[in-house]
Amino acid sequence: MSLDRSAEPVAPTASAAVAGRVPLWRRLARDRFALVGAVVVVAYALVALAAPLITRALGVDPYTYDLDALGPTGAPAGPLGGVSAEHWFGVEPLTGRDLFAIVVMGSRTSLLVGIGATVVSMLVGTVLGLVAGYFGGWVDWVVARLIDVLIGLPALVFMIAVGAVAPDWFPRLLLLVLVIGLFGWSSIARVVRGQTMALRASGFVRASRALGASHAHVLFRQVLPNLASTVVVFTTISIPGAIGAEAALSFLGVGVPPPTPSWGRSIGDAVTWFAVDPVYLLFPGLALFGVTLAFNAFGDGLRDALDPRGGSRKRRRRGGAR
Amino acid sequence: MTLVRFLATRLATLAFVLLTVSFLTYALFVLLPADPAALACGKPCTPERLETARAFMGLDAPVVQQWWDFVRGVFTGRTFGSAGATIDCPRPCLGYSFARNTPVTELVVGRFGVTASLAIGAAVLWLVVGVGAGAVAAVRRGTPLDRGLMVAAITGVSAPSYLVGLLGILLFGFTLDMVPVSGYVPFAQSPVDWAWHLALPWAVLALLSAAVYARLTRSQMLEELGAPYVRTARAKGLTEGRVVTRHALRNAAIPVVTLFALDLGALLGGAVITERVFSMPGLGALLMEAVGSTDVPLLVGVTVFTAAIVVVANLAVDVVYGVLDPRVRRGGRTR
Repeated sequence: MSLDRSAEPVAPTASAAVAGRVPLWRRLARDRFALVGAVVVVAYALVALAAPLITRALGVDPYTYDLDALGPTGAPAGPLGGVSAEHWFGVEPLTGRDLFAIVVMGSRTSLLVGIGATVVSMLVGTVLGLVAGYFGGWVDWVVARLIDVLIGLPALVFMIAVGAVAPDWFPRLLLLVLVIGLFGWSSIARVVRGQTMALRASGFVRASRALGASHAHVLFRQVLPNLASTVVVFTTISIPGAIGAEAALSFLGVGVPPPTPSWGRSIGDAVTWFAVDPVYLLFPGLALFGVTLAFNAFGDGLRDALDPRGGSRKRRRRGGAR
Repeated sequence: MTLVRFLATRLATLAFVLLTVSFLTYALFVLLPADPAALACGKPCTPERLETARAFMGLDAPVVQQWWDFVRGVFTGRTFGSAGATIDCPRPCLGYSFARNTPVTELVVGRFGVTASLAIGAAVLWLVVGVGAGAVAAVRRGTPLDRGLMVAAITGVSAPSYLVGLLGILLFGFTLDMVPVSGYVPFAQSPVDWAWHLALPWAVLALLSAAVYARLTRSQMLEELGAPYVRTARAKGLTEGRVVTRHALRNAAIPVVTLFALDLGALLGGAVITERVFSMPGLGALLMEAVGSTDVPLLVGVTVFTAAIVVVANLAVDVVYGVLDPRVRRGGRTR
């Protein structure tokens, strides 16, 4: 998703209590759109895992220059951006590097940053939401103000700035994971906080406390398992956002540095070429669009399956404010 | 909580957030490897001249002092340098870009028209299209129309704006030669050219955002249409059209309006990507130029300005709700 706007996902309100009688996988299987999404996500994951094997088997790699594949202007020789038996997706203008290898290896960058950043967001958001909702009082106040500031910060601007400030020895991929992750935890924190507040008042939590259970035990052993489906749904619908953030930063030239393959950077490079070589834009673009769409479709289905009512009224009543 | 106290709390939060954001910005950018004084010092740059330049720009003070000078400058204006040669930065002073020899406020104001034109036009379009599509889908739930709209919506949510923008340029700009592919013409210069240059950016931004609004409106509408008050309204013999538009849509609109204000606020702070794709000289482009030339005062000024817009949009939502809905005043926001 574009970073121009901080679109909030249609909030999922999964709760373990509404799981119903039909098993989860069967409800998911009935939703064909979600099923296709899941299959595509798995396919992307397999390609990412096997990327070096795939490129080696085909005898291509994303770093080798092939100036013979270029025409006199630096654009790929031949029609369709130099698509040939040797270069399935054509080649990169100016360098002649194999675009198929770049797109295949780019899936690793995309998924690594997307999933890594989401894990960071979920960890931070869940823990802060839990303690804020459970302890209330000044802890809640501090977390609420943190969220206020986070929403007030222009995220993209800050991500760009942090990229400019970070020392050169700091690994860029890790930096992207941390930066994107630390800007994305506010929505999960708010929802977890709301649900924790509701659970805090419930009988089993009070019973545990009365029996002498520690706060840590209650939080992580009693409350957290009840939030599992919420966290799972949020994780799924957050990954495409993080993937999009990486691509957007790389598109702007402040993300993954060359020569590490990145779809966003390829799309950014394609801007100057696409009047003469639109194919260069097409393949990285489709790869990025495909993985985002698949995750969104799967996430939607998962949310519906975990919460058949899919409404937000419940959340509102629980005081799902900040 | 009384309304006055509610407003006071919200305003205090606003001030707190803005101060924190500006401080974070300051702290972050002071860490930048680029030293504006060294850039302005010229060659040969003797240590004495560097010291003079630093003192002139106010960089010799501790970070907290520098930040406080900045905050004060917004309200009172600032003067850089002392005796002899000085540079005035009238209020509201967001800093002074020594690299460009211009007050940041002047640069920001100069670019704001572009971003505002882009953001407001697109916002009107996406609100109409998105809410309309979402409401229709909800009323026609389960029909092919609903499914078609929702597939279109999830596609729109997933498509990166720059990709769609570039494809739009390729199709409508190059192949069909219908619209100009880049640049910006001020409204005052030629309203027709202004709209013509903005047509494609508006369409791209609006269509993608409309997808989010269609999904949100649909899910809210479905919830409202199943609520008891809708059954009551129908039982009283109201026409279906009236039930949908006057009752269900009205209540469904609450979270939509929240999101709208936040999105519009964020967009007014600079549509970095859209401006890059369509080569429009807006705030986002100014920011990227500042990054490119490590113009620290400009970076700080633009960031704080952007944050201010976002925070004010946030406040506007809260206040409107607080005034309209007494429950909000008691229990925090509805979202």
